[in-house]
Amino acid sequence: MSARIAALVVALAALATLPFWLADIYYINVSSQILLYAIFALGLDVLVGYAGLVSLGHAGLLGIVAYATGFMLMEGLGHPLAIVIALAIGLAGTAVFAALSLRATGIGFIMITLAIGEILWGLAYRWISFTGGDNGIGLKTRPAPFGYSMSSPYTFYYTTLIIFLLSVIAMAIFVRSPFGAALRGTRDQPRRMNALGYHVWAIRFWACMFSGLLTAVAGILFVYYTQFISPQTVALTSSAEVLLMVIAGGPATLLGPIVGAALVVVVKSVVSGFIERWNFLLGAIFVAIVILMPEGLVPGSARLWRLAWRKAGAQRAKTEGKP
Amino acid sequence: MSRKLTRRKFMAATAAGAAAATFKFPAPAVAQGAPFKLGLLTVKTGPLAQGGIQMEQGVVTWLKEHNNTMAGRKVDFISADTGGNPAGAKTKTQELVERDKVDVILGPLAAFELLAIADYIAQAKTPLLSLAAAEDLTQRKPNPYFLRASACSSQAMHPMADFAAKELKLKRMITISEEFAFGYEQMGGFQQTFEENGGKILKKLWPPIVTPDYTPYLAQIADCDGVCQGFAGSNPLRFMKQYAAAGMKYPVVTGETGGDDALLHSFGDEALGMHSCCPYTSDLPTDANKRFIAGMEKNFNVLPGFYAAGLYVNCQVVEAGLKNNGGSSDDKAKLMTALRAVSLTETPRGPIKFDHFGNVIGDFYVRRLEKANGKLVNKTVKTYHNVSQFWTYDEKKFLAQPVYSRDFPPIKS
Amino acid sequence: MNFWLVLAVNSVTFGGLLFLLSAGFSLIFGLMRIPNLTHGSLFMLGAYFGAAFAGGMLGIMFNFWLATLMAAALMAALGALAERFLLRQLPGQQLAQVLVTLGISFMVADFCLMVWGGDPVNVATPAGLGGFIRVGQAAFPLYRLAIIVIAMVFAVALWYLLDRTRLGAMIRAGVDDPDMARVVGIRVSRLFTIVFALGAGLAAFAGIIGAPILSVYPGLDQDMLPLALVVVILGGTGSLLGSFVGSIIIGFIYNFGLALLPELAYFVLFLPMLLVLIVRPQGLFGRQVP
Repeated sequence: MSARIAALVVALAALATLPFWLADIYYINVSSQILLYAIFALGLDVLVGYAGLVSLGHAGLLGIVAYATGFMLMEGLGHPLAIVIALAIGLAGTAVFAALSLRATGIGFIMITLAIGEILWGLAYRWISFTGGDNGIGLKTRPAPFGYSMSSPYTFYYTTLIIFLLSVIAMAIFVRSPFGAALRGTRDQPRRMNALGYHVWAIRFWACMFSGLLTAVAGILFVYYTQFISPQTVALTSSAEVLLMVIAGGPATLLGPIVGAALVVVVKSVVSGFIERWNFLLGAIFVAIVILMPEGLVPGSARLWRLAWRKAGAQRAKTEGKP
Repeated sequence: MSRKLTRRKFMAATAAGAAAATFKFPAPAVAQGAPFKLGLLTVKTGPLAQGGIQMEQGVVTWLKEHNNTMAGRKVDFISADTGGNPAGAKTKTQELVERDKVDVILGPLAAFELLAIADYIAQAKTPLLSLAAAEDLTQRKPNPYFLRASACSSQAMHPMADFAAKELKLKRMITISEEFAFGYEQMGGFQQTFEENGGKILKKLWPPIVTPDYTPYLAQIADCDGVCQGFAGSNPLRFMKQYAAAGMKYPVVTGETGGDDALLHSFGDEALGMHSCCPYTSDLPTDANKRFIAGMEKNFNVLPGFYAAGLYVNCQVVEAGLKNNGGSSDDKAKLMTALRAVSLTETPRGPIKFDHFGNVIGDFYVRRLEKANGKLVNKTVKTYHNVSQFWTYDEKKFLAQPVYSRDFPPIKS
Repeated sequence: MNFWLVLAVNSVTFGGLLFLLSAGFSLIFGLMRIPNLTHGSLFMLGAYFGAAFAGGMLGIMFNFWLATLMAAALMAALGALAERFLLRQLPGQQLAQVLVTLGISFMVADFCLMVWGGDPVNVATPAGLGGFIRVGQAAFPLYRLAIIVIAMVFAVALWYLLDRTRLGAMIRAGVDDPDMARVVGIRVSRLFTIVFALGAGLAAFAGIIGAPILSVYPGLDQDMLPLALVVVILGGTGSLLGSFVGSIIIGFIYNFGLALLPELAYFVLFLPMLLVLIVRPQGLFGRQVP
């Protein structure tokens, strides 16, 4: 137990002091990116890992919030008001998304979310007066909470880090709560849960809303990070990408989506500078993960670690056992 | 196959250089002056890779021809793959500016990538030369650090419309182009000039970017005397095949991407007779062009098109600007002024100079797709000289009208 | 009059191509419950191989039809390998299946870029089918009419396979209840490999058959996969009749929707798909999928 706490403390310390031991502004920015995608992946994990519902349309939800923020800033609203309204719009959108998608489960859910995502993508292209079409919307400035301008990569990183830690705490609370347990129940045994008197649909609906909240937060961070939003962000490939982060990292774990986000962002942003065929590499990594650790990087590594530990323990017992 | 080896070797060298930069190895002492860092934002994965690969080939050809030297300084060339999306473009631009500390950036490929980084490069004061055709970046929302040596979306369409009306004597045309800004801006420019020369646009068709089968649109093309298409990427090939297969015989005119020379080896006989207007044509008989084409064939075994030529010319502009600035790239604002003042005559696309928005003024070539010695070629039939982004219009009046869009100019009933 | 005629005929021909594209997906999903997200990549890779064979890659220029069969056979073999060594390890683990199929599709897309470059590949219409039939002012390309014939031949062949052969009976048993099928002695694992190979081969076949119309270019996989999904959803997974009817319906929606409702061009396929899913999640002809 104490080993875990020690690891947690080390990780927190590393994150808090990151700008000091990571030389370049560039890598600080990449770290901010990893953190915001990690929040996005955690949000999706609520559904994929804990509710057993695979969504291929989550980039649409991110897009709704990002576009809302961009649009309102363009119309002259200040940052605080724009953020609050965007969050509200995002939650409203999630409610509609959930109401439509929860008409089915399993492959039906996947297909409905895919259809919704594609429709939102089409809207992003065609509703030019609101979204600017494929020219997108550019954000001129970043907010300056309490006088610290987020235009500085350091301030942006720390703000993102704080929001990230809050999100992780929220996830942890959710997972350990009765609601989280009920959600896992509906994932594993929906019929039995129903028989026990749980309102399965409502549980799933509120899980969607929680997922939507995390996604909305990620959306706001995303649109302020890139200071630009265009239909590419809402495309099917974006939804597939965040889904891959969750699955590769390990669904139904806290650390999994974070590791998955780090993996994809690092390969796309950093490794792509060294390896021309990074797309092939990314695909190969995914296939390798499936072969070696089909349950995901985090659970798989834990399993392999335990295996190695046990082998080392057996080895020691053998040598010590000898008189 | 030699193409792959060349690129791989190059990437290996670049990777080594980038690795050295990341891990802060002590930099080896350079003989004469600090190296000039040139960054390229291109796309090497996904559907946009078609143009992206050619962009890099254009730069590499120039660098090889000039022994990797610009204005007496060694060139540190860093190529970045944006993945063809705005977030990736932003990240890679940041990498080039913050980590690699480049002096000048070439690219990106797509308009939405350019729009995502426009504010950032102005803030970072890094000169950027792009092929991306987004009109307003040199019109209603000009960017002081942006230079475009190729063409804005409508720049090639104004002369094409002039040619269609005056030489081809077409009067009633239907336009068809993908449903996005590049398509809108091209067709808008075509319509404005065509209608001023006595023509009429009957219908404007906008298939979505992802349209495997154009038949629903082809069925609507009738009762006209010509078609103007503005497809880009791989779409022109598919469109022309389906057009010809459907038995349609109206003459087709197009812009810089719809008849690109790089597509000549993919086109079949269905494209014969198509007229296109492009800022670059591979049959321009100047020495500069012959040298460029020879370089491309030697290095990559490929006939260059609009993308490769555009980047090659960008390199020429950067070198000229650097020379005019005394070889110094420390004061970026001064370098930018020097770049905008560049005026060249010996480029593969002919003489060029820039207007005060940073957009090129140069020659545009109307070509006809024909067969020569069993191969398809684009043969220049008319050259328009000194074409600016405003064509023959008064600049103030042009800027006062809205940017070309889906509904502007409107269809006259 | 021409307009409606051209669109109606094209709806059927495009539907034929969609059937060839989606039949494989429907089979694989129906039997193995795997949403095969590599389907678009298999389509594209098959098209590239077919184009390479027909274009003289191995030094000989193969006849188009021969090239098609070779490409389909090659992809079927590759599909069998992928199933045997990758997918078989993941029975029922849907998330891992999604990860591996998407991972493979990334690799295939980049592989095609590496080998064939970024430029589109033109595949010539096979000899004899290059012209068109004129009916009044309308022209109907011969090759597209040929596709209807091919699609129907395959539809009949697949129906015969599933309904009248022992293999087909085993497949249907496996679809209905894999565990009972095993109890009865059916080698379900081997069946899975065969079906996956068949699905991959069909996808590749569709790719090369479609190539004279669509050409072959990077991004073809991402353009075609959503279409396959829409057809399968509408028609119902696991049902061959559903695939066929769904394809024709989508053909009509595509052609008339794009032509008559240009404002809704981006929604013309996914809006009906959404409506069907909301009202009848198993599709028009499918069974209730758990």
